[in-house]
Amino acid sequence: MCGIYLDYQSASPVDPRVHEFMERYLSCDFGNPSALHSRGLAARAALEEARTKVAELINAEGPENIIFTGGVTEANNLAVRGVAQRNAGIGKKLLASSIEHISVLNPLKGLLKSGYELALVPVDSTGIIDLAQLESLISKETILTSVMYANSDIGTIEPIREVSDMVHERGMYLHVDATAAAGKIPLDVQKEGIDLLTLSSNDLYGPQGAGALYVKPGVRIQPVLFGGGQERGLRAGTENLYAIAGMGEAARLASLEKAIESSRLQAIRDGLIKEILTIEQSYLTGHPTLRLPHHASFRFSRIEGESILLTMDAMFNIQVSTGSACSSRTLEPSHVLLAIGLKHEQAHGSMVMTLGKENNPDQIPAIVNAVRKTVDRLRALSPL
Amino acid sequence: MAQIGYSKKVMEHFMNPKNVGVIENPDGYGKVGNPVCGDLMEIFIRVMDDRIDDIKFRTFGCGSAIAVSSMVTEMAKGKTLDEAMLITRKDVADELDGLPPQKMHCSNLGADALHAAIKNYWVKIGKIKPEEAKEEEESHEGEACGT
Ligand code: FES
Repeated sequence: MCGIYLDYQSASPVDPRVHEFMERYLSCDFGNPSALHSRGLAARAALEEARTKVAELINAEGPENIIFTGGVTEANNLAVRGVAQRNAGIGKKLLASSIEHISVLNPLKGLLKSGYELALVPVDSTGIIDLAQLESLISKETILTSVMYANSDIGTIEPIREVSDMVHERGMYLHVDATAAAGKIPLDVQKEGIDLLTLSSNDLYGPQGAGALYVKPGVRIQPVLFGGGQERGLRAGTENLYAIAGMGEAARLASLEKAIESSRLQAIRDGLIKEILTIEQSYLTGHPTLRLPHHASFRFSRIEGESILLTMDAMFNIQVSTGSACSSRTLEPSHVLLAIGLKHEQAHGSMVMTLGKENNPDQIPAIVNAVRKTVDRLRALSPL
Repeated sequence: MAQIGYSKKVMEHFMNPKNVGVIENPDGYGKVGNPVCGDLMEIFIRVMDDRIDDIKFRTFGCGSAIAVSSMVTEMAKGKTLDEAMLITRKDVADELDGLPPQKMHCSNLGADALHAAIKNYWVKIGKIKPEEAKEEEESHEGEACGT
């Protein structure tokens, strides 16, 4: 028994069709895409096929605008540092929403040492970026603004089109981390005016160890890794071929299936939210409607999230996630929960559920029952 | 980076904590921690013939904090007050077959809450002065969450 898995945003299984597709790149067409023999050419063809499939998922101008990386962290680092360093002559101002992923925030902060300026744009209590603040912060020297498509801790979807208009009116480039959104909601980089966009393979049910950065034609960017000049010189290193091939196939399946799958998951998710919010002193975190279809996040007063996670797992074999300080390496609560205005002790009661392929509506009663029992049990232990 | 993965003992005490609850009109009461960090632990004791005859706890905190509370109450039960005062933070962690490094501060709370409850009793019976009982509570105030 695998239990009921509700932590798809942390890690997802590989789709069996993707797994099958990848096999020949481990056993037969495993050549180095830079080699001239037939095995190398087959590998090159697989690489370019994957590029096309990923480009189609986000409606990129062409496959050449997709740069494969070793994952999301690397793609975000390339976007932030690659743009900042290449355009330092134009300006040194950087902007980001306060709820960006740490792999965006940390490279941005790292640039402060080199004379860049960083301002974080606040979000409201539902996690939506403050557009008035954003507008007031953008200037001619703002070379990069990074706003995620949707947030993985609270599920909130950002108004990217509006952000893009503001950025391009006065500033320069917009980077969008679409890790949590890709494969869940429609993405169109051209329609939304996105200059750089980060994608994850695993969030599409592809293998871990692959990611991609979309770079719009004409965007000035430089590499952060140096070596053999692969990926148009922007990401050196022999391509992780079978993972990239898998990511491509996962992107193709996502393009075909995401609409139906997302509405299926949304129905389950809505059922969970409705039932779980009947628990006393339970609250939804994030936006009530502008949220990812597979995402449900809560907080419960008087109890702590790591205890929730452990109880759900050990007692009910249900895997969830939390933004509580107690479960983080630094013992700091999720910066996202603090950014939406929660106090430390409120952030402690966080529980995040992200749904995926193996979830079905029949699981709702068992999940709700488990949450209810878990909350009761921990509240009985709590002095608050 | 032993963040995840509690010992079997920790999980046992977390899942089936011993001595949960409240003692009405306790002989000694200790409360330590900081709800801002998420740690809050209270221990109630009933004393008979200088021994801990009954002990109960309530905890707001992580799996480790709950396991530590349960373990420290088990360790203290039946001991004389002087013996119980000798239970150290490390003893509690050792009895639980160890705790992840960043969780050690939770194990501090267990022994500290116990000692605070004993001192509270000693103050009541006039054995020590109220100032001498303050130590534990103060030792956590102003402390960073991770320490
Ligand atoms: S109570 Fe927060 S880490 Fe233990």
